[in-house]
This record gives sequence, structure tokens and C-alpha cells, in this order.
Amino acid sequence: MALDRWIALILLGLCLIYGYAAFFTMDGQIPPFMRRNPIWPSTFPKILSVLGVIACLFILFGVEKAQAKEPDIDYRRLHEYKLGQAILLLGLMIAYALALRPLGFLFSTSAFLILGSFILGERKWHIMLPVSIFATFVVWYLVQEVLGIFLRPLPQFLMGVF
Amino acid sequence: MLEGILIGLQTAFSIQNLLVVIGGCLIGTFIGMLPGLGPMSIIAIMIPVAITMGDPSAALILLAGVYYGAIFGGSTSSILLNAPGVAGTVASSFDGYPMAQQGKAGKALTIAAIASFSGGTIGAILLMIFAPGLSTVALLFHSAEYFALMVVGLSAIAAFAGTGQVAKAMIMTLLGLIMATVGEGALFPQPRFTMGIMDLQSGFGFVTLAMAMFALPEALFLVLKPKDLKGNEGEIKDLRITRAEARAIAPVIGRQSLQGFFIGVLPGAGATIASFLGYAVERNIATKEEQEEFGKGSIKGLAAPETANNAACTGSFVPLLTLGIPGSGTTAILLGALIALNVTPGPRLMIDAPEVFWAVIMSMFIGNLVLLILNLPLIPYIAKVLSIPRNYLIPFILFFTLMGAYIGQNNATELLILVGFGICATALKFADYPLAPLLIGFILGGMMENNFSRSMQLYDGIGFIWERPMTLGLLVIAAILIILPSYRTRIARRKAEGVADGD
Repeated sequence: MALDRWIALILLGLCLIYGYAAFFTMDGQIPPFMRRNPIWPSTFPKILSVLGVIACLFILFGVEKAQAKEPDIDYRRLHEYKLGQAILLLGLMIAYALALRPLGFLFSTSAFLILGSFILGERKWHIMLPVSIFATFVVWYLVQEVLGIFLRPLPQFLMGVF
Repeated sequence: MLEGILIGLQTAFSIQNLLVVIGGCLIGTFIGMLPGLGPMSIIAIMIPVAITMGDPSAALILLAGVYYGAIFGGSTSSILLNAPGVAGTVASSFDGYPMAQQGKAGKALTIAAIASFSGGTIGAILLMIFAPGLSTVALLFHSAEYFALMVVGLSAIAAFAGTGQVAKAMIMTLLGLIMATVGEGALFPQPRFTMGIMDLQSGFGFVTLAMAMFALPEALFLVLKPKDLKGNEGEIKDLRITRAEARAIAPVIGRQSLQGFFIGVLPGAGATIASFLGYAVERNIATKEEQEEFGKGSIKGLAAPETANNAACTGSFVPLLTLGIPGSGTTAILLGALIALNVTPGPRLMIDAPEVFWAVIMSMFIGNLVLLILNLPLIPYIAKVLSIPRNYLIPFILFFTLMGAYIGQNNATELLILVGFGICATALKFADYPLAPLLIGFILGGMMENNFSRSMQLYDGIGFIWERPMTLGLLVIAAILIILPSYRTRIARRKAEGVADGD
């Protein structure tokens, strides 16, 4: 089965869960006075879930034949592309998300930029380090001073020291 | 109207807004030139900046400038490298790249700049003429019609998605609507579908979703499949065009400005369709000898898509500014940004906030002018951005998407949601699901449900559908829009299979 139909199957499951919640679990919470209302919080989701299920079934049963066309990236040959780099970068983004608060903006961002170029195969440290650190400071200055949004610059344990 | 124009000029010509429009155009050109980064990603990245500026006119001017710049930059990389940065400029590479190969890159860029300028300017004039009229009509609409109109808009987006894509576009739209129901609705103070997670109480963040849908997958695609950016490294010179050439492209520009604008107004049919259609139309009506030249460096073949895509970009502002309904992914992002700034686009916009409405239109003129004067002489230098190594570029793109989501919410959980959705969006992109309908559905979802609920309450049930003829008519149109394309592909398939047509 092609990937688009697998995805349709997953989406069908999502729509069914969503529909189940809308049809069977939500209405119990409505206060009695709202029951006379023609519209309930669950009305719109009910319609959406039904339509969603229909559309998913359309794709699953291949009612509408898609024209074969050359995709930008063929997922069947994904391993031939630089999949490792992409996964490492995604991991790096997650690490950045987790490190941003505890380690502070300046450290995590410069580390993110340096490691990002490192993963992509850059080895010229004498360019990489200054570019990343300079960019980090510029962005921090712009966000903190110009836009006025607080970004904790230093790690948590150092914040009180300065 | 004159009063409005003056208000607009006053707002648009403040020092701050002039700087904003110039900055926006430059940023847009720079990033739009990079192959693989479309206007939607760039605008998504710029939203946090626009929102923190606090002034709705300045924010919209900035984002519109970025939008124009991105389209313009996209055509530059189409012409120089045959690597369009934006889908809307793919048609420009058909004739632009052959011209560059013949050593006429400078001329091609000049024609592109002039065509873009004329398309954008004529589009803005048409917008000035049509938008006020349309918004007077729109004031007659009730919530029932609004609901029906949104249904029409969303089905048109699905219908224009292309053959074999209608069901996919529809499910993406529905997914967007479903995601919009997460969190507290406006009419009901009761959290829905949050699964008990506190962070979802206020729903998904719109900026996060925009980044996850566009910027992140595009960046990941760049990582997965490095595009070869080695193009013609030659000097870009001889920017002048002759009088005869100017005379040849003038009618093309005139026709394509009109056609592109009206295609842009239609929901779902944006700059991409306008540019391809413009190219096809001009090739068909050209003389025999000229037809031979198309695809080999015809100036008409370059002027047509360039004019059409810029006019269509302007046209797509019509439904946004008059009805408050975005017709494309880009205008959907603009709508989201405006709502975040407490401005609700729609028929009341011209009355409630004329300075926003007219300033945007005026800034379109200024933006086009800026692109023409600033970019034409600077193009050889700006094109240098194409030589930034991707090892530096990609980490920065990823960092800006993360930063955008973080600044908007000031919440690190948002970053995890961003990465999660980004992965889902990349998988969807692999399977050729269109992503723009999801975001449009997400943005329209809240409004659609509110209008639907209001009309349900007024008519005590779904009676409003048949009691209001206009609503019924619009809903019928929506149904036709969905059914027609699948019916037509079915007929085409039957014919292709050689099976006789039944009645």
C-alpha cells in the first residue's frame, strides 16, 4: 500500500477517535440549561468527524486516481538521501528545546548553530565559531532589546551571580 | 475613496513604514531567492517580528513587502539558476533560464522586474477599484452567509488542488478545522479535546503550526536532497531592453495583469496557477513564429508569468481584505497575524480601520517601486546570497523557525510541538498531501464555527440553510465545486480506458 493510503488510514483512525469523543463523551458534560440550545459544543466536531471519515475512505479505496508524477523526494528510496543528517538535526532541535530554559539562550543557541553546521559536514572551525557566536549575540540583542522580549541569556545557576 | 487614499498615503509615508516596506522587500528578496524556501515559510518566520511591532498597519506592510520580495527573489533564482525558489515562479524559468544561458541574464532580469512591477501596480489599482465595492456587498451578509462563504472558499481550495488531489486537499482542510476545535471555543467556555493537557487549553499556536507546516518541512527537504546551486557564474550585465522589446511585451503585461488579478481573487487559485495559465494563454495567442520561440528564451514567455504571478498576489488580497476569508496559504498567514494584532479583516475593516486598509494598498505601490529601483541595480550583488554554503544556511533556518515559535508563546513545550508537527508535516509532504489547506482550515475553523453556531441559534436549528436563499446558493456552489473535479476525472479515466460512456 502506498504511503498516502497508510496516512489516510492513520487519519481515519484520528477522525474516528475524534468522532467518538464528539458523539459519546462530550455531551455528558453539558449543563442542563444548555441542552435546550440548538447548538452544542459537540455539534460542529460531529459534522467534521463524519466528513473527515468520508474523505479518508475516499483516499483509502482509491476512488480518485492520482496522476503519477515525479515527486521531489521519493520516500521509497529515502535511505539514499541524507536521512541521517535530517534525523540528527531533528534530534538537535529537540535537545535545543529542552536546553533553552535551563542552559540559557546564549549557550544553547551558539551550541545549536555550531552543532548544526557540524552535522551537515562543516569542519572549518575558524569560520564556524565566530559566525555562530556573533549571530547568537545579534539575535539575542535584537529580541531582548529591540523587541523587548525576555530571553534568559545565561544558565539558571549563573543568573543570580551577575 | 480619495479620502481613503490620502489616509493611506499619510500612514504609508511615515518614516517608520517606509523603512519597514524597504526592509520587508529586501528580506523577502534575499530569502525568496534561496531555492526551496517559499513565501509562506518566510512570512511565517517574519510573523513574530511583525506581531511584536504592535502596529497593525506596519505589520501588514512588512509582511506584504516580504511577500512581494519573495516572489521577486524567486524569479531571480529561476532565471539565473533554473532553480525556482517559489512555485509561482516555475513558469518564469521556462524562458528566463534559456535567456540567461544565451548571456542575456541582465535583460531577463530587467524584463522580470518591469513585468513584476507592472503586474503588481495594475493589480493594486484593480484592488482599489474592486475592494470597496465588494465590501459594500459583503456588509449585507449575515453569519449564515459568512458560514456558507467560508464553506465555498474551503471547497474551492480543495477543488483547485489538481487532479487526483481533491480528496487529499479536503481531508487536509478538515484536519485543519478539527485542529481548530482543540481548546476553548468562543461560544462555549468549555475546553474541548485537550486530553487533559494544560498547554492545549488555549488551542494550538498558529505561528507554531505555520512554521511546522511550511518552514520546517522545506528545510528538511533541503537537508535530505541538497540542491545543486551551481548555475551560471557569469557577470550580469547589459540590463537595458530595446524599444521594440518594450513594445512587444506591453500588451502581454496588460492582458496578464488583468487575468492574473482575477485568478488571484479566486480562492485556492493563486500565483502558481496564474503564472502557468498566463504562460499558456500567451503562447496560444502568439503568432506562429513567436510560438516557436517560447521555451527558448522568448521575452513574451518571460513577461507573461512574471506579470501574472505578481498581479495574482495582489488579487489574493481582495477576499482577505473585504471578506476576511483567505484564499491562499500566504493570505491565511497574514490573516492570522492580523487577528493576533486585534484587527479583524472583513467588510468592516474599511470603516473601522481605514488607515490599515489604505496603508496596505499604498504600500503595495511603494513596495513595487522599491523592488524596481532597489533591486534592479542591486541584483548582481543580491544574487551572491546564492553562494552562502548550505552548511551555514540550514542551521540558521532551523534556528529561526524555533525562535519564531518560542517568541510567540514564550514556552519551551511549544518547541516540542513544533518539531512533532514538523515531522508529521514532512511525512504528509512525502505522500503528496497539500499542506496549505490545513493551515487555511485551521485559521478559518474558529470563525466558521462561530458563524455556524450563531446562525443555528438565530434559526433554532439548521433551518437557516433553506430559509436563506443566498446561503443555500453558496452551499450548492460549494457542493458543485467538490463534486465536479472528481466527476470529470472519472469521465476522463473512462475515456482513457476505452470504456463506452454510460448516460
